[in-house]
Amino acid sequence: MIINYVGVKEINGSLIVMDGVKGVSNEEIVDIRLDNGTTRQGRVVQIEGERIVVQVFEGTKRISLKNTKTVLTGHPMEMPLAPEIIGRVLDGAGRPIDGLGDIFPVKRANINGTPINPVSRVYPKNYINTGISTIDILMTLIRGQKLPIFSGTGMRHNDLAVQIVRQAKISGADSSNFGVVFAAMGVQKDVAEYFRKSFEESGVLSRVVMLLNLSNDPIIERTLTPRCALTIAEYLAFELDMHILVIMTDMTSYAEALREFSSSKGEIPGRKGYPGYLYSDLASLYERAGMIKGHSGSVTQIPILTMPNDDITHPIPDLTGYITEGQIVLDRSLQGQGLYPPVSVLPSLSRLMKDGIGKGYTRGDHQSLANQLFASYAKVIDARSLASVIGEEELSPVDKKYIEFGRLFESRFVNQGFNENRSIEQSLDLGWELLSTLPRGELDRVDDAILDKYYKG
Amino acid sequence: MENNNVIYGINGPVVTVKQADCFEMMEMVHVGHQNLVGEVIAITDDFTTIQVYEETTGLKPGDPVTGTGAPMNVLLGPGIIDNIFDGIERPLKAIEEQSGSFINRGAAVSSLDENKLWNVTIKVKVGDRLEGGQIYATLPETPIIEHRLMVHPELSGVVTKVMPDGEYKLFDTVAVLKDDNGIEHNLTLCQKWPIRTSRPVKERLAPSVPLITGQRVIDTLFPIAKGGTAAIPGGFGTGKTMTQHQLAKWCDADIIIYVGCGERGNEMSQVLEEFSELIDPKSQRPMTDRTVLIANTSNMPVAAREASIYTGITLGEYYRDMGYHVAMMADSTSRWAEALREISGRLEEMPAEEGFPAYLPSRLAEFYERGGRADVLSGGEGSVTLIGAVSPQGSDFSEPVTQNTKRFTRCFWALDKSLAYSRHYPAINWMESYSEYFNDLDPWFKDNLGEDFVKYRSEISALLQEESSLMEIVKLIGSDVLPDDQKLVIETARVIRVGFLQQNAFHADDTFVPLEKQKLMMKTILHLHKRTKEIVANEIPLSKVIKLGLFDKLTKMKYDIPNGKPEIFDDYIKEIDENIDSLLK
Repeated sequence: MIINYVGVKEINGSLIVMDGVKGVSNEEIVDIRLDNGTTRQGRVVQIEGERIVVQVFEGTKRISLKNTKTVLTGHPMEMPLAPEIIGRVLDGAGRPIDGLGDIFPVKRANINGTPINPVSRVYPKNYINTGISTIDILMTLIRGQKLPIFSGTGMRHNDLAVQIVRQAKISGADSSNFGVVFAAMGVQKDVAEYFRKSFEESGVLSRVVMLLNLSNDPIIERTLTPRCALTIAEYLAFELDMHILVIMTDMTSYAEALREFSSSKGEIPGRKGYPGYLYSDLASLYERAGMIKGHSGSVTQIPILTMPNDDITHPIPDLTGYITEGQIVLDRSLQGQGLYPPVSVLPSLSRLMKDGIGKGYTRGDHQSLANQLFASYAKVIDARSLASVIGEEELSPVDKKYIEFGRLFESRFVNQGFNENRSIEQSLDLGWELLSTLPRGELDRVDDAILDKYYKG
Repeated sequence: MENNNVIYGINGPVVTVKQADCFEMMEMVHVGHQNLVGEVIAITDDFTTIQVYEETTGLKPGDPVTGTGAPMNVLLGPGIIDNIFDGIERPLKAIEEQSGSFINRGAAVSSLDENKLWNVTIKVKVGDRLEGGQIYATLPETPIIEHRLMVHPELSGVVTKVMPDGEYKLFDTVAVLKDDNGIEHNLTLCQKWPIRTSRPVKERLAPSVPLITGQRVIDTLFPIAKGGTAAIPGGFGTGKTMTQHQLAKWCDADIIIYVGCGERGNEMSQVLEEFSELIDPKSQRPMTDRTVLIANTSNMPVAAREASIYTGITLGEYYRDMGYHVAMMADSTSRWAEALREISGRLEEMPAEEGFPAYLPSRLAEFYERGGRADVLSGGEGSVTLIGAVSPQGSDFSEPVTQNTKRFTRCFWALDKSLAYSRHYPAINWMESYSEYFNDLDPWFKDNLGEDFVKYRSEISALLQEESSLMEIVKLIGSDVLPDDQKLVIETARVIRVGFLQQNAFHADDTFVPLEKQKLMMKTILHLHKRTKEIVANEIPLSKVIKLGLFDKLTKMKYDIPNGKPEIFDDYIKEIDENIDSLLK
């Protein structure tokens, strides 16, 4: 028997409170029918006896205390899944909006997922060749990794993500197994359109699932978007054995939606008003990357977030950095110099690269080269700050060499064309070519055998 | 008794029961039809509040809540080592067998293998009087760890029956003990202990033996004692986890307990893989033979994350009581503190600093106080060393978790962003870090490595101090204008930084360096410094020495001189002397 609960008790932001509800379960989905005939969905977020708090995904606009009839659906938020989902365009809550009709589900899965058992994980080791020197050499992307792009408003993070998708596709030996899940959270229509067009141009559109929650779409729906996206990604990767790249943009909008929801629920705020569970919440998304024993597929995540005020210590990039396996940080001053991709090398990092590069993966000298480039570039920064005080003319000859190295490093190694696809050998050799402009004695991170082979100074 | 305790309200991981009658504070309970594990955290007239260690999706008001009559406890017995548990001691391998690659809720698996046969040797006979903590039997748990079965610390009495030596399962009775009230207790291969209570010891001992880690910056500049406490704070990407892994791999404790508290899943799979491949240099056995892993990754339930630290330390204390030296790594305690904050927020408690509950410092103090070296009840000596990583928000060391941890730990290994950016690992900042164990440990260093070791150490740190103040000037005017004697300090400090403090975890020899070699490296560096000082004093330009390449050579000696070849250092000293002497002529 289906019971209709008429009316609500309280409305506050995106939350409605109902009384006298029996047999409701935590996190259950409810259908709310307005008397104008439209239906909205909501989720039970708190229960106190017969009083429940429901979060309405589409917002509470036009809901009054009297005009609703609510039905409990009896199940938590589920995503219909089928192989045909590839190539579809969905809204932020996973419902098709491309006019091609509903998805006939092969199975349904709870969008919250369940944690992967740590002993079932495969330690990711296969690198993804992105054809971008800075990423391939210094912060190698590994299949099954979560590597966010820390950016700021107005920087070219979207171009970078598009370039990664386009070039990573070509290099994989099993490129037929490759797919992209793209989750847009609170981005503008043009940005979503740019991604769609770029996917189309590079011929991957038929392998992309797009979930669009645009900036004017309901905020609460935004908290579901990444969960739906990852549920699809897990299905494709671990049941259809595909290699899935998940691009989530913009995580900052997601976190802000979470904050709005938390404050309307009256929760005690943590740092900068974000809820105290922001870390756990972000982790429940990011940790859904990886590889599992017995399955050949993988979920690789590239979340994009814009750092408010370019501040890397802001809670969102800060907590993200503690969960993800490294980060690619973009820098405004590099972008200002016209360099693309404006990757700020020193704070960027890939935690998984150490086991996925070197002999048998890329080339034996890769780790040493990367260490040396980091160390030498760090000295460039020191030399520059000294030069800004005493002037470049007054620097010691070695420091001058560093300044020159820094210039070359940025203009030739970091800087690269949007359509330029460098092979790993090209990038490695370029690295050695640049290091060879420094005196050999300065290269203290590399042992002599490797220097003998590659140093050409 | 009929169970009429049912769920009234649900808010995230917190569940309330209305008018419950029989619960105790901190009692372990089962919630709902799936028997999710929970713990009673508050009781009022009207409501009992329970934190649930698993996802609460799908729970309904009216679902049953049953008490277990005992506080949250862990099962202690053979089978702990070489195992991997979640935050409340459920073996993840058994969960995988039961529910596949993803962790389902309400997994009902026994903490330890109940069917495995252990080869037990009985150590007591009928008529013996046993006190709490005394050993009544032993069994080989792994090829290198002998598991010693001890009487529950709260029990004592006379042995009335023993079984013959042989193979027994976990819950088989191997002896019977009659206590002073005439009640008989069956002694099996296991016992239970509440995780939030520390296990008793006979007497606490001073921390006078170092925990040798093979990491130069730690052993030499900031040593930690067996039974000591240390904090490793650092922002993301500064190498906290790497440092913890290095310590877990190489420190000379008998047993390692590695708690991944809110860790990354991929990192745990890395630990699993690496540790099973690595061979312990002392025993020639895989590292896993002495390691227990507790993995509560960041997406696993937050309440179990809070418990994982206590589970870890309780297992540690259990092995300490057998007379082992245990080292526990907790990565990261900030995630644990955040779990406290999250649950406190759900309880609508009044927050103190940055939303953390006011009891944060006392919880941290309780935890770190459980470390220590002691005479244990079973007779020998054991210790638990606690090394906690701290992940300060925004890399700001003034935040509450770092500050409070600082108060209760005696070693502070501060990781530094700029060192990490230039890939100087371990990125332990030598100006900010400290160890309070010098006074306790210096006698040991003097006895085992000679007076020199301590002397070299203070010379090295003096040089680093001096360099740091000189760098203030260099930053403003460049190093060219400095007089030669100051340039020499900068040059030697560079050798110390790059050649000594920086250590390559991926290099076969450099990843672990014995104390003897550490001492000789310091000796050689200081020898070159002393001899070059003579050059400068004779007004010969420093650049002449630098041209000889001696400084560069010493920077690379960590790679060029293999471990266990101390005689090569003599050649280095000879070469230095010859070169300097010829310059002085």
